[in-house]
Amino acid sequence: MPAVQETIEQVKAIDVDQYKYGFVTDIESEKGAKGLSEETVRFLSAKKNEPQWMTDWRLDALRRFQQMDEPDWARVSYPKIDFDDLYYWAAPKSVEGPKSLDEVDPELLATYAKLGIPLAEQEILAGVEPKNRVAVDAVFDSVSVVTTFKEELKKAGVIFCSISEAVREYPDLVKKYLGSVVPITDNYYATLNSAVFSDGSFVYIPEGVRCPMELSTYFRINEQNTGQFERTLIIAEKGSYVSYLEGCTAPQRDENQLHAAVVELVALDDAEIKYSTVQNWYPGDKDGKGGIYNFVTKRGDCRGKNSKISWTQVETGSAITWKYPSCILRGENSRGEFYSIAVSNGHQQIDSGTKMIHLGKNTSSRVISKGISAGKSENTYRGLISAHRKASNARNFTQCDSLLIGQDCGAHTVPYIESKNASAQFEHEATTSKISDDQMFYCLQRGLSEEEAVALIVNGFVKDVIQQLPMEFAVEAQKLISISLEGSVG
Amino acid sequence: MLEIKNLHARIAEDETEILRGVDLTVNAGEVHAIMGPNGSGKSTLSYVLAGKDDYEITEGEVLFNGENMLDMDPDERAAAGMFLAFQYPIEIPGVATMEFLKTAMNAQRKARGEDVLSIPDFMKRVKAAASHLNVSMDMLKRPLNVGFSGGEKKRAEILQMSLLEPKLCVLDETDSGLDIDALRVVSDGVNKLRSPERAMVVITHYQRLLDHIVPDVVHVLSKGKIVKTGDKDLALDLEKHGYAEYIDTAA
Ligand SMILES: Nc1ncnc2c1ncn2[C@@H]1O[C@H](COP(=O)(O)OP(=O)(O)OP(=O)(O)O)[C@@H](O)[C@H]1O
Ligand SMILES: [Mg+2]
Repeated sequence: MPAVQETIEQVKAIDVDQYKYGFVTDIESEKGAKGLSEETVRFLSAKKNEPQWMTDWRLDALRRFQQMDEPDWARVSYPKIDFDDLYYWAAPKSVEGPKSLDEVDPELLATYAKLGIPLAEQEILAGVEPKNRVAVDAVFDSVSVVTTFKEELKKAGVIFCSISEAVREYPDLVKKYLGSVVPITDNYYATLNSAVFSDGSFVYIPEGVRCPMELSTYFRINEQNTGQFERTLIIAEKGSYVSYLEGCTAPQRDENQLHAAVVELVALDDAEIKYSTVQNWYPGDKDGKGGIYNFVTKRGDCRGKNSKISWTQVETGSAITWKYPSCILRGENSRGEFYSIAVSNGHQQIDSGTKMIHLGKNTSSRVISKGISAGKSENTYRGLISAHRKASNARNFTQCDSLLIGQDCGAHTVPYIESKNASAQFEHEATTSKISDDQMFYCLQRGLSEEEAVALIVNGFVKDVIQQLPMEFAVEAQKLISISLEGSVG
Repeated sequence: MLEIKNLHARIAEDETEILRGVDLTVNAGEVHAIMGPNGSGKSTLSYVLAGKDDYEITEGEVLFNGENMLDMDPDERAAAGMFLAFQYPIEIPGVATMEFLKTAMNAQRKARGEDVLSIPDFMKRVKAAASHLNVSMDMLKRPLNVGFSGGEKKRAEILQMSLLEPKLCVLDETDSGLDIDALRVVSDGVNKLRSPERAMVVITHYQRLLDHIVPDVVHVLSKGKIVKTGDKDLALDLEKHGYAEYIDTAA
């Protein structure tokens, strides 16, 4: 794979001691009042010009949230979050709803340019063929600042806009599907998100349409002490197809910051959704100070027969990751996939995995998880595979591999398997390995540097999953993994 | 090419001394064989030359083309032309042999300030070297050394050696695990690399390898010291009479 070579080149070219995306954009911003209250929710909803039903939905969620307790079953530890010490709304002053590109604040455009995100519609990702264009929804703190290629997508019948705009412009679709996969009361963080979600993307692919380009959303947290609560909803009508990619970064700060997202996917008969994430929130410094708390609920509903949802994630950032992208396999013959690379270094804590809930007949799922732990980090795979009474002939294959680099990190695998149907067949394989001193010495003896040796072995370890990423992001992901593991040996 | 002077080395962890004053000079174009009883320090000597950090040098020096080799990192030594064919080659899971070869060749080229190989150039070299050593393309697609038989591992070592074109080749028991035919193939591969610019140190227990790779000089290493040096007949003598005579000399 030439990508390995490229990875090495790129790692070398970058100042690796620094989280590359740690800069702060100096931009005038407007914040709501501090604290979580009915007033906060009303303020937020008003800011977005939301209809009454949306405000009521949020308030309902808030009331329920106030009666819930923070879960403590995950293998992560952090000081209690004071929800009254956070801001729930921050937006660059210059933004009043999404605009066309030439109206966007140049300071914001510069920020995205610095992050390597192509916002200009004629621009393309480095090294990518012009035909592989990517439409981007750029979310900065609590608001979407711009969505590219909207008009062109509209011609194909595809709706791609911010969720705020969708609430105003397509209320019937939003009402029908919002909360239908992840109910308001699903879990603590999802309920919080339902009350205060700020922005995110809305995608609607009409019947029989193959989305003509890759869609992607880029999340950026800039403001201090501000939580980001993204909400994304993707609906694929019968026989449609969409591939969607999400990326995220945040400035380097000493305080921890909260990111609590909800993503809902709905695939109807014969539809396919491919959802990829490259998560690179600020992970904290080498002593474990700062970093993003990433509590995320992602769930896809294979509602129709023969539908397919596949999650691919490359997780390298965040101080804490709590995330289990899941599939509800409701339609007959539906299929769920989860491909994950979770890299932890320094003091990062990851508790991540998936749930494959087999409800319909002849449903199948596949889980490939690759955990890499280095430094003093803890990396847990937690996965549930279940077959309900009617899920005859359900099939699952799970492969769960951990790679340890160094002596002070931990890797844990917590698989749950529940089967209420005798014809279900679930297979689970797990391995744990280490990059040994002998392997390092062998590689060095052949002329590889320590960085090259680790990159080579790690790239070998993750390649099954990297192959699942859209091609234009695979190299990016490999580069990210190598950077995240910088300084993990020697 | 290689000058080892009064080299003392111990295990870093428990400070046990293994090499106790090794003196050895190998000139360009020469092939030296090192023989000696199990545990006498042959592999340790090869690891110390390659820069493995399990060992500490307590005395002496090693010059490689006049430069102090002990100051160099293992990858710098490799780029300078030092190659070790391991007695026990290490498995690298997930990394195709072909990929490993390319990464290693290009890493050394870059370290020496040379251009990286183009893919066609690389493929041409690999195909030629592999066919000389009876290594199949299928094997090159498999992860390096993973599930390779003992003989396949040794052939893969020599394949790497011929592609990396080192100046100093240290072969640690490359003959062990090889069947009779493979021994000939591998020896031919090694002989092909003999040249006036290249030096070789061949560690072995058996004359059968030296029948194929005929050495210029033979040394006996015992208890961390070279106790006897002779020509190729010394190996024949050892084959007949064993080490007893020389070990006594050492005591
Ligand atoms: N890293 C190490 N830790 C502990 N003991 C070691 C280590 N390296 C070498 N030794 C010991 O040092 C001695 C010399 O070992 P070495 O492998 O160099 O012998 P050798 O001459 O290559 O033997 P053989 O012919 O069996 O391959 C042995 O007693 C061995 O157990
Ligand atoms: Mg040995």
